[in-house]
Amino acid sequence: MLKISTDKLNSLFDAISAKQTLYITVDNENGSAEYKKYESGMTLSKSLNTVRSAKDFFFPQTENLADFKVEGKNIEVIDVREESEDFVVFGVRACDARSFTILDKVFLSEPVDSYYKNRREHGTIVTMACTKPAETCFCTAFGIDPTVPEGDVAVFFDGENYFFLERTEKGEKFIASISDMLEDGDTSKLNEVQEKARDIMKKLPLANLSTKSFGGERLMEHFNSEKWAELSESCLGCGTCTFVCPTCQCYDIRDFNTGHGIKRFRCWDSCMYSDFTKMAHGNSRNSQLERFRQRFMHKLVYFPANNNGEFGCVGCGRCLSKCPVSMNIVKVMKALEDK
Amino acid sequence: MQEVMIKRAKELLADGTVNRVIGWKKGEFFYDATPAVFRTAEELDNEFVFDDFTQANVSKYLVKESRKEGKILAFLKPCDTYSFNQLVKEHRIIRENVYVVGVPGGPKLDIEKIKAKGITGVLNVKNENYTIKIETLYSTEEMPFYEAVSGKCKSCKSKKHVVYDELIGEDGDILDSNRFDMVEKLENMTAEERFNFWQNELSKCIRCNACRNVCPACTCENCVFDNPKSGVDNKAPADSFEEKMFHIIRAFHVAGRCTDCGECSRVCPQNIPLHLLNRKFIKDINSLYGDYQAGADTTSKAPLNDYNTDDCEPSIVHERGVE
Amino acid sequence: MNNDTLIPLIGVVTDIRQDTPDVKTFRVNAIEGGKVFEHMPGQCAMLSIPGVGEGMFSITSSPTNKEFMEFSIKKCGCLTTWLHAMDVGQQITIRGPYGNYFPVETNLKGKDLLFIAGGIGLAPLRSVINYVRDNRANYGDVQIIYGSRSKDDLVDYQEIIDEWQADSNIQVNLTIDREQEGWDGHVGFVPNYVKELNPSTSKTVLVCGPPIMIKFTLTGLKELGFTETQVYTTMELRMKCGVGKCGRCNIGNKYVCKDGPVFRFDQLGELPDEY
Repeated sequence: MLKISTDKLNSLFDAISAKQTLYITVDNENGSAEYKKYESGMTLSKSLNTVRSAKDFFFPQTENLADFKVEGKNIEVIDVREESEDFVVFGVRACDARSFTILDKVFLSEPVDSYYKNRREHGTIVTMACTKPAETCFCTAFGIDPTVPEGDVAVFFDGENYFFLERTEKGEKFIASISDMLEDGDTSKLNEVQEKARDIMKKLPLANLSTKSFGGERLMEHFNSEKWAELSESCLGCGTCTFVCPTCQCYDIRDFNTGHGIKRFRCWDSCMYSDFTKMAHGNSRNSQLERFRQRFMHKLVYFPANNNGEFGCVGCGRCLSKCPVSMNIVKVMKALEDK
Repeated sequence: MQEVMIKRAKELLADGTVNRVIGWKKGEFFYDATPAVFRTAEELDNEFVFDDFTQANVSKYLVKESRKEGKILAFLKPCDTYSFNQLVKEHRIIRENVYVVGVPGGPKLDIEKIKAKGITGVLNVKNENYTIKIETLYSTEEMPFYEAVSGKCKSCKSKKHVVYDELIGEDGDILDSNRFDMVEKLENMTAEERFNFWQNELSKCIRCNACRNVCPACTCENCVFDNPKSGVDNKAPADSFEEKMFHIIRAFHVAGRCTDCGECSRVCPQNIPLHLLNRKFIKDINSLYGDYQAGADTTSKAPLNDYNTDDCEPSIVHERGVE
Repeated sequence: MNNDTLIPLIGVVTDIRQDTPDVKTFRVNAIEGGKVFEHMPGQCAMLSIPGVGEGMFSITSSPTNKEFMEFSIKKCGCLTTWLHAMDVGQQITIRGPYGNYFPVETNLKGKDLLFIAGGIGLAPLRSVINYVRDNRANYGDVQIIYGSRSKDDLVDYQEIIDEWQADSNIQVNLTIDREQEGWDGHVGFVPNYVKELNPSTSKTVLVCGPPIMIKFTLTGLKELGFTETQVYTTMELRMKCGVGKCGRCNIGNKYVCKDGPVFRFDQLGELPDEY
């Protein structure tokens, strides 16, 4: 497999960023990791994952959908869309890589969302195989192999060298574009590292989490479960879980008067919010129980019902770390599963 | 402590003093307890937890819980009692429907502080003479206890319970806290440095509303930021002005009512030091109106709700703004 | 880049009719005349005044109307208040059509039809009624039971009198909730009136109105011997995108904006009771 040694990684970043925008994972002052636009000298994070997921690159927190000019009774619609620049996201983990399959099912199904598609087409996803999963990881429950992540290119680190494996046609082109900096490498040490990582996977506290109690066919049973009252009791109704989640994609559309015209923008929204389904004359989900239930039913039941059994969760563990009251999908699954 | 609390809770359930108990429920791991209401002795035996990681302040839940049938037992740490008092003062908690049992406070530990050291796959933590031994999937690590202490406990203002019906353990004192150190540091910055500091911090905000929803001072039935009729409702900042607006308005709205419980910064997924905005207000109120601690009692008039002829003039804003 | 459904088109309000004290019907044309787009009966469109907001409304005119679209809108919230304040000539943005439609070319074809509407619930059904009238040979008996709070709250009353009641091929039964001067027709709630009229169970039913009216009407129909597979309705929940992506309007795994708004009651029965 083609590889590059650790000491040359930054020169590779320099070369990539000379041609297109490069985002890498970096550590911040809080000891957590985030994606940042690469600038010479930045170091790739060793952290397992970023606080915010990689969905931000394709489905940003806010984006302009259209502008309007209003003059008297007349309205002009201004299409503000521009072809996205080419960009590379480096260091995406297997869980986030799978989240794009899920987001694609929403945004690329008819009618295609051109804003998302534009970014997907111009973005190259370089994933990074996991060697030290955290106790909050449970991606294997959703059939993800974190030692061989999806994406356009998968990168493996054996402690000294970074190995590059193309996973798509786009990835093949990407590797070709940097091949002069790569050399053939011996993967025997890498195989050991992968073996070790797979052993750890089996020992993770959530290794035995099962999805077998969930899926579209159990819709009414789970919806009517008495457990929701207790599970939702502590929920603050904030949007932390939804906003750090790599697969949550609900959105709102709002208008903003700039004083010089109207900007219609799209922003993240959360089914946990009290006004999410509120209309002028009523609300279909009035209680936090109903809103809480919606989020988990969507991921564990409704999404698989509409997508051949595929779940709307990738087991990244972000909600486990970030929920202010430590209520999360694992606790919900364990409470609802067949005993 | 946990065993004593469970025992007492069971007694109070059994003798009918209360019909339920609010505390913390065991999680998946050793650090992720969830605030929960317990209704039976069995639930308490199996699921109740109180340890170094039970940080959450349960006072705000009592706004709803104290309006339900019967009396509820609430285990409150010293800092939580300030929030509780303040909510009683604002007529948000019905005092007679809550039986307050004061329990010792921190210092509590924060798993994020441990993980920030690059320690991953954490399975267990043991405190041995103020060094914590961390067992992980990969190795055993050590770090000084103090470094794992949660942000809110590091600048603890009081170990004294300002309200309780009974106490488990001994009461502590109001502390000579270092909590205004960082505020002073910000005050000593130039206006531009300070602006850049907050610009950098607040631009990280993802508007998840965790700070607002966890805040015991934020109990409006319908927040202006959620209310389409308010004219300022927004879900995401449309520009960098709106990025700051949410937090500044919130800080103003809780000024004089914020007890400095630290929950806002604890829950922020982006680690924005939101408590510093509130502490600035607390510090200013102390210096302009005399020392005042929100939640210290349920009867005193708050400086911003009380007019005196010797109150400072609005021009103070201008005078202090001059560099 | 290809067109995106989220980028709206422009429509011009060419006529405004005050139907009831709180319902106006707006006629909308493309700027160059004609319709902004084609639709089927029961489908919806997202209307907006930039800066005010977007809202989903059923298209009340029939697709057989080749000149314009119409929307009957009740003044209810922020956007509808703005729409009610518009004058003729005002431009609005419009996108769609969204959702499914009443199966006028399949399941309903050749059937005896019973329309049951309450209040503003007539709006989506009016599209079907006029579609059926314009393709009269394709359908059997047609009966319309329509009720409102008062005589003044009957939407499209003039069209009902002038055209529907005048049509010997259609049976129209009107009712109002309470006695009123100048009204010599039936008085009483719609669900009860349906039971009194005792329509033949051979009919296929299309019902729309306030949730409570729909609920009692369905119960009444079942007592008369109708089955859930014979009854269609159209739903309304909060919508933002109109294309099943924004995550709001789902009932279970079905999105009202995409899989609906038209549902048959046996289909709704398989979904959670969350609407």
